[in-house]
Amino acid sequence: MSGGLLFQAFVYLLAAVVTVPLAKKLGLGSVLGYLLAGVVIGPFGLRLLGGEGQDVMHFAEFGVVMMLFVIGLELEPNLLWRLRAPILGLGGLQVLSTTLVLAGIGVAAGLPWQAALTAGMTLSLSSTAIVLQTLQEKGLLKTAGGQSSFSVLLFQDIAVIPMLAIVPLLSTAKTSAAGVAHDASGLSAGLPGWAKTLMVLAAVSVIVLGGRYLGRPLFRALARTRLREIFTAAVLLLVIGIALLMTQVGLSPALGTFLAGVVLANSEYRHELESDIEPFKGLLLGLFFISVGASVDFALIGARPGLILGLVGGVVAVKFAVLLILARAFGLSQDQALLFAFGLPQVGEFAFVLFSFATQQGVLAREITSPLVAVVALSMAITPLLLLLNERLVQPRLGTREGPRREHDRVEGESPVLIAGFGSFGATVGRLLRANGVETTVLDHDSDRVDLLRRMGLTVYYGDATRHDLLHTAGAERARLLVIALDSPEKTLALVHLARKHFPQLVILARAFDWADAHDLIEAGVDHVYRESLDTSLRLGTDAMRLLGFRAYESRRAAQKFLEHDEESLRELTAQRRDVGYLSAVRRRIEDLERMLRADRDQPGLSRDAGWDAESLREEFGRKR
Amino acid sequence: MPRILLLFAHPALERSRVHRKLIERIPRRDGITFQDLYERYPDFNVNVRKEQELLLLSDLVLLQHPFYWYSTPALLKQWQDLVLEHGWAYGTAGTALRGKRMANVLSTGGGAEAYRRDGFNRHTIREFLAPIEQTASLCGMEFLPPYLIQGTHRMTEADIEEAARAYSKMLEALLDDRVDLQAWRSAPSLDAIRPKTEPAGARS
Repeated sequence: MSGGLLFQAFVYLLAAVVTVPLAKKLGLGSVLGYLLAGVVIGPFGLRLLGGEGQDVMHFAEFGVVMMLFVIGLELEPNLLWRLRAPILGLGGLQVLSTTLVLAGIGVAAGLPWQAALTAGMTLSLSSTAIVLQTLQEKGLLKTAGGQSSFSVLLFQDIAVIPMLAIVPLLSTAKTSAAGVAHDASGLSAGLPGWAKTLMVLAAVSVIVLGGRYLGRPLFRALARTRLREIFTAAVLLLVIGIALLMTQVGLSPALGTFLAGVVLANSEYRHELESDIEPFKGLLLGLFFISVGASVDFALIGARPGLILGLVGGVVAVKFAVLLILARAFGLSQDQALLFAFGLPQVGEFAFVLFSFATQQGVLAREITSPLVAVVALSMAITPLLLLLNERLVQPRLGTREGPRREHDRVEGESPVLIAGFGSFGATVGRLLRANGVETTVLDHDSDRVDLLRRMGLTVYYGDATRHDLLHTAGAERARLLVIALDSPEKTLALVHLARKHFPQLVILARAFDWADAHDLIEAGVDHVYRESLDTSLRLGTDAMRLLGFRAYESRRAAQKFLEHDEESLRELTAQRRDVGYLSAVRRRIEDLERMLRADRDQPGLSRDAGWDAESLREEFGRKR
Repeated sequence: MPRILLLFAHPALERSRVHRKLIERIPRRDGITFQDLYERYPDFNVNVRKEQELLLLSDLVLLQHPFYWYSTPALLKQWQDLVLEHGWAYGTAGTALRGKRMANVLSTGGGAEAYRRDGFNRHTIREFLAPIEQTASLCGMEFLPPYLIQGTHRMTEADIEEAARAYSKMLEALLDDRVDLQAWRSAPSLDAIRPKTEPAGARS
């Protein structure tokens, strides 16, 4: 069936393009969509893919490497430093205790301890790709539970390296415990331990120092060529080069690129790097998820359903329990602990690598690994479902309640204003309104914040504001205004469409992030669009003018007129913009900027008030004398 | 039928007793445009083009406002500064407003007796309005005696209700062309004259 590379690419892309939007529409998230696409085109679905699934997965694992590069870019070193306690403490304890519990069960089930330990280690890892992608999509990465998940995943990615070193030692069943602790270089190609360590140190310093001192001038030189594809090529070269280097010295490529990302996070090319690598990352991750879906061995599951499903249930239950206990021990609130525990109980993509490695090394027999590989794939596939379960069934019962506490003296749901999202933006709006005696109803999905707001006496509904039922119970039919102050443009747009359709009487006031979002919102029919940094930047501009010696009121008038002009050109350009068609986000921002600058230039009256200008008066009356 | 532009300036309408009632009674019909300046330009950022357009579409401009420090509230002054541009409203080329008429509609806390040469404020209302009168005249507009609602500090709710009704009737009369222009010119104030029941005829 698989006729060449192009046909394969066609099948993969078609499957993704059909299933992913469908899954998103159904509220299942893109990861589940990709997995389903994989199942559909896989050997047990339409059989469009054959045995090459494993190879594709191997190739697509590179998406994880790229994802860690992007995560590194978004992570400044000081944030990483702040997270050191959860990374080492929470992450270390999670890997250690899960490994021990699972290995114990393995030994009890009659496996030799080496095999049990290897399996336990491998199964203790979680899937960075699935969890981060899902949390990001749900906008939960910044919550306490999201940050803890991230920390644990980071630790696990690092922990893969010693695991790869330990596995070969376990194959020589005689190795003493002291030997394990001592010699962590079992992988090295005939090099003595110290040389191996030196190589690792050298590779890491190459990345750190190179990134710090060479990266910037290199990217600057490349940017100056104005050849976009060369810049993109350079970024890919960088990522692939680091991955190769890391593999050579026996480190995880993901860790290496993550490090490079962190080093480059402070450079001025951060956003270009990110937007260049983003599509590759997305596609490869999608490919990875598809191949996971395709690799689920339904024949094996069908042959021994009890064993496989029992193993999936057992592994997930053990991991869940450990995660929940640790989360509570590390002081997460109940909701966040549940999010954390429901997010991470699957087995991660590194398991495929570790299992095949362990089989090669003769630590685990193929009869053990092949059901375990099915278990891993299944556990990954149910992750989005588990998170949905948590969101829809568990949280509403156990966690922060969705609706506010009933108070006798207040009629619920009667406030005229709904505020979706109570981050700093929404909070300022809410505080202003409350300070003037306006009742507001808040919709927010950060449970810690929700608890606080409720203690302060606000009416708060907890959950995803783009859910129709939540809007309904929050009183969207009776409210007059809907203030959208969500953190993501996609969510904002989704909420706009939902509100337009089901609650047409609501007047929508929406926060936009930049020109592009503002355009989208205007096209979606929102009349009141507020670009979040516009007023602030104009205030800064006003102050800059004053510091340069302009009079205070002149500066203020200039800003007022500029704001007006800017709003006007935004609306004018919304129409023109549709003709441009699809452009990459960065390209689009540049084009928008160009149009704005042109519009400024064609607007002569921006810098003076004719009414206060005596120029023409002097001309007329001065000449008469 | 004269087209009226009613420019209204009150910075704290929510606390006003008189003007809130007055504007409630403004006739809602063709020929009168009500422009609430503080509602439209809370940040004093007067839209000059828009305001000039409104002026061009009117024959009679009424400036309705409370009397603050013997003058208009600040925004109405800002409006004058910005909208009445040289070369548009005045100057050799500034002929846009020629032939139009202008008058104030204003309320004072003190009674009529306070606005006399021998009264508490030592000047008449008309004297206080000299800057606006000359502004109108420089723009080629005829400045007419104001419509006055005085002694508002001592007015009861019923008095205010009555004043609002009278004001409403006068606006209707202006729109119907039932106010004799000669009588208005020579009257001390517009509220002192009695509109006719029939339109004033072709000569207004």
